[in-house]
Amino acid sequence: MALIPPPGAPVRRSGRTDDTIDWDLRDPEALEAAHGILTTTVEKAIAWAQTSAIWPATFGLACCSIEMMHTLSPRLDMGRFGAEYFRGTPRQADLMIVAGRLTQKMAPVVRHIYDQMLEPKWVISMGACASTGGVFNNYAVVQGCDKIIPVDVYVPGCPPRPEGLMEGIDVLRKKIGFNGQTPSSELIAERRREREAFMAAAAAAEAAAAAEAAAEQAKGGQPN
Amino acid sequence: MSAQINALVPGAVVEEHEALGELTIEVTADRILEACRALKDGPTQFSRLSGVTCADFPDQPGRFRLAYHLHSIQTGSRARLRVWAGGLDPEVDSVTSVWAGADWQEREVFDQFGVRFKGHPDLCRILNPLDWDGHPLRRDYPIGGEDVQFTDAV
Amino acid sequence: MSTTDNASTFPLAMEGREAVEAATREGRELTPTERIIASVEAYTPQEAAERTLANEMLADTRPGTREPLIINLGPNHPSTHGVLRVIVELDGEIVRDVTPVIGYLHTGIEKQCENKTWWQAITCVTRMDYLAPFANIHAYTLGVEKLLQLDIPPRAAWIRVLLSELNRLASHLVFLGTSGLEMGAMSVFFYCYRERDEVLDLFEMVSGERMNHRYFQVGGCAQDLPEGFIPRLQALLNILPGRIDEYEALLTGNPIWQDRLKGIGVIPAEQLLNLGVTGPTLRAAGIPLDLRKSQPYSGYEHFQFDVPTEITGDAFARYLVRVREMRESIKIMQQVLDGLPEGPVIADDRKVVLPPREELAWSMEALIHHFKLVTEGFMVPEGEAYATIESPRGEMGCYVVSDGGPKPYRVHMRDPSFVNLQALRPLAKGGYLADLIAVIATLDPVMGGVDR
Repeated sequence: MALIPPPGAPVRRSGRTDDTIDWDLRDPEALEAAHGILTTTVEKAIAWAQTSAIWPATFGLACCSIEMMHTLSPRLDMGRFGAEYFRGTPRQADLMIVAGRLTQKMAPVVRHIYDQMLEPKWVISMGACASTGGVFNNYAVVQGCDKIIPVDVYVPGCPPRPEGLMEGIDVLRKKIGFNGQTPSSELIAERRREREAFMAAAAAAEAAAAAEAAAEQAKGGQPN
Repeated sequence: MSAQINALVPGAVVEEHEALGELTIEVTADRILEACRALKDGPTQFSRLSGVTCADFPDQPGRFRLAYHLHSIQTGSRARLRVWAGGLDPEVDSVTSVWAGADWQEREVFDQFGVRFKGHPDLCRILNPLDWDGHPLRRDYPIGGEDVQFTDAV
Repeated sequence: MSTTDNASTFPLAMEGREAVEAATREGRELTPTERIIASVEAYTPQEAAERTLANEMLADTRPGTREPLIINLGPNHPSTHGVLRVIVELDGEIVRDVTPVIGYLHTGIEKQCENKTWWQAITCVTRMDYLAPFANIHAYTLGVEKLLQLDIPPRAAWIRVLLSELNRLASHLVFLGTSGLEMGAMSVFFYCYRERDEVLDLFEMVSGERMNHRYFQVGGCAQDLPEGFIPRLQALLNILPGRIDEYEALLTGNPIWQDRLKGIGVIPAEQLLNLGVTGPTLRAAGIPLDLRKSQPYSGYEHFQFDVPTEITGDAFARYLVRVREMRESIKIMQQVLDGLPEGPVIADDRKVVLPPREELAWSMEALIHHFKLVTEGFMVPEGEAYATIESPRGEMGCYVVSDGGPKPYRVHMRDPSFVNLQALRPLAKGGYLADLIAVIATLDPVMGGVDR
């Protein structure tokens, strides 16, 4: 199942449709700007529960997975944030940390595991190789896991320090906490598309009605 | 060394030279299996096969130059056996009957270069996906990947 | 989005179909491995239940009479040491056959090196066996220095020994931690990673990175040891023997640990040698092959250390060998610290090595050398070389071929895990499925090195 695009195909730089891709959520202003809707108390409570116990799926691929294991080490202890319980099965996990270089042979497996995860689910792309292909720009490495799965947080580094990964999880928690009960980026994009389609249809209907009314007016005004 | 091999497998050795402290023996492709057996069982006692690799020289008539790195635990000596596999339809005898450890290494050479090994129990791709087209480590295979702006060094 | 009821959406089952297609396209028979891969059908839970019922109704339930159950372990599995896929043919709980399928981490490092200069290739090569980056670059720089016929100063050689042994320690700590985790002893994981964090701090002091360092340079080491490194390392070496005693107290005499590992995964030592296995696996079977002793490189002949060997060859022996190697590494590091010579840390050849930064201010020649080295890189004379070292997993070799240019013509890393993993099949046959995990754990493969 080779994923090399045929020659001449347009190169997709990123699979993301979310326009918050360039916002650095560590900046308090950007954080405020990304604040889409007013959150209710119930949604805040749900967000608190979700962010306090994000269970990652075991998905270490290469060197970054060792640093991911170091976030569990006594020095950094990801267990403080509730994320210590790495689930063996993706069905029971809500976070997938793609840690390491994603190769052509492994790509369908990654997608399959992402599909098995239940909503709400998030993805952290850990390391340079998972984010953009990293040091390896060649036939064997998929240039970024966002070509096949939607990513919520990118953590740069080769490998990123465990503290870096913790900051990535922290940013993700802020992102979740903000929009209330955040579904995965895929669902957000789908809902936005539906909303836009609906608005476009409504606008078209209105325009058609207005044109009809204007035609009626003109016709009504003519014979006199 | 080549005198010993010539005694055991007459006519196999093409040349032998020593450079940088390493002994390199070049043999003809059709006698490689006998030469390996002789080197393993004979007085040279090369009981270990350290590695099987290949290098692609497209402008040479033999094109694929296989290298077998041998190591003797008893005497501590090392040697390199070189074989030219040929450009079109390269095929060489497999040495898995001599050293079982050559198995996956020959599969890797087949996967990356396209050199077939006669008598290999299980010659299929090992590193790349099973339906991959082409042999990536050949010199005419492009590096692949994406175009990167603002840099010409890949 | 649920997995649909069509088996063709399962990627690992698709690999089998693709193998069949590729074979028919090329007009050849399926090889045994392809046949096994093609036999892995992924069933939906409903289909699997129906098949099991049908199977049980048809056959006797005595072992050996049933149709073998082929299950797929990996590539994403909590205990396969990375992305290793193992197709297991089971008869009840007994493993009849094991087919490892690799390549899920194939990064094309060897091809990438051909596009980089001799220096830049170090950064590619270091990411291969990611638990022993110093071993990777040691082998590579030794190969290139052989081609250049460059001698490295003694201080550089001793620093290389120091960091290689520290790396061996760090790698064995990961082995101990992850093996413990896979056998169910979770506390060992936390203890080992506590120590490993200290070691990675030292690596960060020296090279700037915790992992994937680029510290060994062609000609020696890129920089001298920073201030404060030696006292910190000495402090670590003082507490480490006590810590290793802690691990041994937890594990070695533990009847559960012994029951899990004793007698597991034994094959004759000659078969291991024939398979090309090296490292602690071979030494646990009785063959005392250690390249640091048999063909000393980088000054190892100056140090006194033992090569731990066991004769039983089972998983417990492999565990004991690695723990003892940790102690030997501490011994070697102590000797290095006691006798580290003064002097330059990199060779003097200006055609290959960057001049010291201060010289650029007043020497035109140094400036030109610096410019040429940074823009074009140095040329390595035509030839080929094969340099081998003893990495934590076995014999790591680097075969470099040069065509006289600034870029390598061919770099092949003979990775120990790649060759050792061939032994998985004979080692795991005939044991239980849980013992397969023990075998993989004590074989200690690192998939970055296996797939490169």
